[in-house]
Amino acid sequence: MTAHALTDTNAAEDGAADPSPLAIGPWLAADPYGMTAAEKDAALSAVLRALTQHHRAACPDYARILDLLGTGENGMTHLADVPFLPVRLFKAFDLLSVPRDEVFKTMTSSGTSGQSVSRIYLDRETAALQGKVLARLMGDLLGPKRLPMLVIDSPAVLRDRNAFSARGAGILGFSLFGKDVTYALDDEMRLNLPAIEAFLARHAGERIFLFGFTFMIWQHFHRALEASGIRLPIDNGILLHGGGWKKLQDEAVDNAEFRAALGRSTGISRVVNYYGMVEQTGSIFLECEHGHLHAPIQAEVIIRDPLTFRCMEVGETGLIEVLSLLPRSYPGHALLTEDLGRIEGVDDCPCGRHGTYFSVAGRIAKAEVRGCSDTYEARS
Amino acid sequence: MSNRETYDSAFTETFMIEAKDLPGLKYQGVAAWDSVGHMALMAALEEAFGIEMDIDDIIEFSGYEAGQAILSKYNVAIEPAA
Repeated sequence: MTAHALTDTNAAEDGAADPSPLAIGPWLAADPYGMTAAEKDAALSAVLRALTQHHRAACPDYARILDLLGTGENGMTHLADVPFLPVRLFKAFDLLSVPRDEVFKTMTSSGTSGQSVSRIYLDRETAALQGKVLARLMGDLLGPKRLPMLVIDSPAVLRDRNAFSARGAGILGFSLFGKDVTYALDDEMRLNLPAIEAFLARHAGERIFLFGFTFMIWQHFHRALEASGIRLPIDNGILLHGGGWKKLQDEAVDNAEFRAALGRSTGISRVVNYYGMVEQTGSIFLECEHGHLHAPIQAEVIIRDPLTFRCMEVGETGLIEVLSLLPRSYPGHALLTEDLGRIEGVDDCPCGRHGTYFSVAGRIAKAEVRGCSDTYEARS
Repeated sequence: MSNRETYDSAFTETFMIEAKDLPGLKYQGVAAWDSVGHMALMAALEEAFGIEMDIDDIIEFSGYEAGQAILSKYNVAIEPAA
């Protein structure tokens, strides 16, 4: 499809025929991986320019930052021109673009005690947009029907409803795509084999959706199965996992080994890593069959030189900047993360998806430890 | 039990509220209807009516009245209030 088609098809789906560049309808109707990087650069730049104007008008602190940077929206013709904020700024400051009484939900990043956390303020509109885009991307992965879901975690994570962690929020957010949601671990993070076996018996022959955080899956699911000499028959499963690789890198487990190991202990052949963060919930980056993380049309990744912040070329490792059309209630549409990564290619992944594909290499030195998986401290 | 009684019970039993509180009730309108409560309500409705809702409808299910329109897509007609 062309970028032009995006602006004039299906505009009516998002309520009235909304001519605003911020209307979400066209972005939900289009194939999430159907635009070339150049088409997306043009179409998404228009949205991010409008978002920059919106946040400048609505968030005085953000406006002051833009004034200091001397950035004018008129010169913003490419995604790389959009002014980005370091993600850390959301720890130091309360940045919001709606009145406080319109804040519907406050998300916090997964810092453990002693670390500061980001505070992300959502209004109803932003929360709803996040859900819709996530549903679009997950629908592309799983199909239109909800699948029986096995959560590789403990139900204890969700017990305190007033204060669940980013880990709990992640589980809950993805539970939307499952049915008969069953937890594979007990309150002590031990394998709950009776629950797993009963679940598999109820859904024999069906496709199964499994979700968990990378390190927890490794430590408390794969390792526990291996130690008991059990191989679960989940050959029809699709396992989605995220939350950081640092702890597994410490154990010299990479993505290829992770996939192979899960294949041995469960038979699962489709293992999908995702990269995403609470600061841009919804527009996540999903791994394809060839092991590449892909930017959907609603988001983009740019790699910047950590010293000069210039945009780096394909294959060069630098800081990951993430862009998303979702943030409306807080100025988080362009964020420089503390993660390192590199663009692996553009528009030519063998999987057939268009756009930018990339890999994450880890976190910069001296950055805080964070991530749903990496902040978890095993008790033993 | 009429469909309306079944529908109302899903709310009152999931959120521990009374039937008189239902008209106009919106997501997050009571403490119990948070994101965890939402999934519990969806499970209760699916079981009560023997249906399986699509993801988009679960997202759009934003209130007591909106939910009735969504259920009509699954051929569940909620009778007018007595």
